Amino acid sequence: MSGETAVARGAPPPNPAGELVIEKPSLRVQELSLWYGASLALDRISLDIAERRITAFIGPSGCGKSTLLRSLNRMNDLVDGVRIEGEVRFAGRSIFDPAVDVNALRKRIGMVFQRSNPFPKSIYENVAYGPRVHGVRGRAALDEIVESGLRAAALWEEVKDRLHESALQLSGGQQQRLCIARALAVEPEVVLLDEPCSALDPSATARIEELLLELRSSYTIAIVTHNMQQAARVSDYTAFLYLGQLIEFGETSAIFVKPREQRTQDYITGRFG
Amino acid sequence: MAARAREALAGIGTWVTAAALAIDLLLIAGLLGLVAWQGAVAFWPRPLVALELRDGTRLLGQVEEREAIPDLQTGRHSGATRTRLRVANRDLGGADFVWIDDADVVRSETPPEATSLERLEWGPFYGTPVELRVGERVVAGDPPAIWAAFPGLHREKRALRERLRGIEKGVIGDLNHEIEQLRLAERRLERTSPPDRAAREAEIAARRGALEARYQEEVGKLDALRAELAQGELVMATADGTRHSIPLGQIVRAARPNALGTAGKLRLYAARVAEFVTGEPREANTEGGIFPALFGTVLMVFLMAIAVVPFGVLAAIFLREYAHEGWAVRAARIAVNNLAGVPSIVFGVFGLGFFVYGVGGALDRWFHADALPTPTFGTGGILWASLTLALLTVPVVIVATEEGLAAVPQGMRQGSRALGATQFETLRRVVLPAAAPGLLTGLILAMARAAGEVAPLMIVGMVKLAPSLPLDHHPPFLHLERKFMHLGFHIYDVGFQSPNVEAAVPLVFATTALLIALVVTLNLTAILMRNRLRHRLAGRGF
Repeated sequence: MSGETAVARGAPPPNPAGELVIEKPSLRVQELSLWYGASLALDRISLDIAERRITAFIGPSGCGKSTLLRSLNRMNDLVDGVRIEGEVRFAGRSIFDPAVDVNALRKRIGMVFQRSNPFPKSIYENVAYGPRVHGVRGRAALDEIVESGLRAAALWEEVKDRLHESALQLSGGQQQRLCIARALAVEPEVVLLDEPCSALDPSATARIEELLLELRSSYTIAIVTHNMQQAARVSDYTAFLYLGQLIEFGETSAIFVKPREQRTQDYITGRFG
Repeated sequence: MAARAREALAGIGTWVTAAALAIDLLLIAGLLGLVAWQGAVAFWPRPLVALELRDGTRLLGQVEEREAIPDLQTGRHSGATRTRLRVANRDLGGADFVWIDDADVVRSETPPEATSLERLEWGPFYGTPVELRVGERVVAGDPPAIWAAFPGLHREKRALRERLRGIEKGVIGDLNHEIEQLRLAERRLERTSPPDRAAREAEIAARRGALEARYQEEVGKLDALRAELAQGELVMATADGTRHSIPLGQIVRAARPNALGTAGKLRLYAARVAEFVTGEPREANTEGGIFPALFGTVLMVFLMAIAVVPFGVLAAIFLREYAHEGWAVRAARIAVNNLAGVPSIVFGVFGLGFFVYGVGGALDRWFHADALPTPTFGTGGILWASLTLALLTVPVVIVATEEGLAAVPQGMRQGSRALGATQFETLRRVVLPAAAPGLLTGLILAMARAAGEVAPLMIVGMVKLAPSLPLDHHPPFLHLERKFMHLGFHIYDVGFQSPNVEAAVPLVFATTALLIALVVTLNLTAILMRNRLRHRLAGRGF
């Protein structure tokens, strides 16, 4: 879902956010444009991501929603040939500032991927991986982090008796919650989720959604989804992207009940996408 | 019509490819089966046949093969057959084998008293025992008495031989080592000429005097033991009645194969196999064991593995994880793949020029100047052989490791980077452990290749007969500069360069079987390790 569509840089809608004012933004995206080689994937996107709220990015495949998400913790740095203009401000400065330690940034802005990607290690080692990398030593400290991480991801009760078995033995839904636990174990402020339920069955999806609503009180969450119902159920704010442009951004209830843009309306009601 | 023909052709294609595979498999199975079978039966005791020919000649020997005699005029079979008989007794007759026209045989039997002796020199002796003597005294004069008295006497002689060997290799070897150390110390004094040179030289001379006195003492002991060993002989009669006495100390083993039951044959077989695997070669490698060659091969392969893994793995990591895909990386890959196609003897020549003369010569000038002009590292040795082979096998390791790294999903790398791990941490903690099975595969292939490689080693330190193993009790214990023996070269040497090639054929098969078994064992060990690793990494759900 990296959004390789080439888009000519036309004029974006004059004010996608309408009258919306976000009181406490955690991340502020300002005029962000991104190219993969010569093709434009994001076109002057500006939006605020509210602290301790859930923001959903929706839009048809290739619209740039995953690219936008991956820009927020600079995962796009790992892709060859990416060029970025504009800014993302976090904690008072631009995340693209050369002085920013990208690894420290990613510790504060964690990420969960579309396909669960547990390491081929034990459940315990998966959760302890981040803390270990960031210098946590000592069995007792790690035990505590692992337990609280797994509890926060609502996985503890299911795996507490087999922490030292391979993580690859878990079911798909459990693996995805393990990846969430792994992301939470480094105590991030923001959690980015890139279509976390697209490979899961409905009951596993329901568990993740429940979990997101629980996490909402402690974390800023941005989630990419192509599931309209999911966006409507869990998110506080929704951004609709189309062909690399932000078409509409607002409170979820407003977007789903009476979108201002015809294209948003069409997409939500399933007329394209 | 055309459609039919095309269909028929397609069917033929399937058959041709299947037949090619079947032929390949048959060839491999045939080769391995032949080697395994011939290697296994090489030490099995076979009956001794006594033949009487039409002209009155009597022969005793082991039937090696029987073939039809072709008619020289027509080229067709004449119906007559001939037999190749191993008659041994090389010290009497000169030739180990004779051909006999089966039509000339008037009588053929397998006498139970026929005896086969394995000797330290001159190969086996076939005959019947007549007398057992110690000095002038006849201990036993008829076969039952001889077989009653022989085992005890023989055991004594064997023990004596062991003691002799122990002194030669042990005490005398140690004394020689110390005397050599003194010589080197003296050379150093000459070279550096310190102020207290005279005093230290006197000290060395005194110590050498003491050592040489001890040496003479040990040599005296040896002479006494040798004299004792020379006492006692077994008088044998050959098939034609010639008497020949064989010193007991020369006899390795005596057996009456015709009289042996299955248990006895198994015991003899086991003893011969044990000697083959653990013993040292004798008679220009055509008899005895091959332990030094086995040991040399294994040690060399392990040294090679130690050298090749870091280089190959680091190079593969750089190519796959750090370098940006571009013409330089592509060129490097092509170079690596081409390196794998260079004839191995070229690596040998390079090893000789670079490692032996270049690096080894420099090492000698810096650290072993006292021993010059005798080279220490500046001549072929097991270290240089291992490094040469490491160079030869490094492409295999690079390619396999790269494949292993490529098989690690990008998602895993991203998962680690998203947690704030650096590229190096990701590599060390996630990617390398996950790629370890691929890495092991590369090592397996490299080791298998190295164990079977002979040509380059012939010029960088492999020898027909090494005076001592590269591992012993003198510090630094592992002597990397020493020459070594190798199973592959042993096969060539025994099978094609020995004075008595025909007699050595069973040994060649056995050595080949052992080399193949060694390679298979190395491979199986590594494959088991890899599978366990995979299992541990993947769990049941993968």
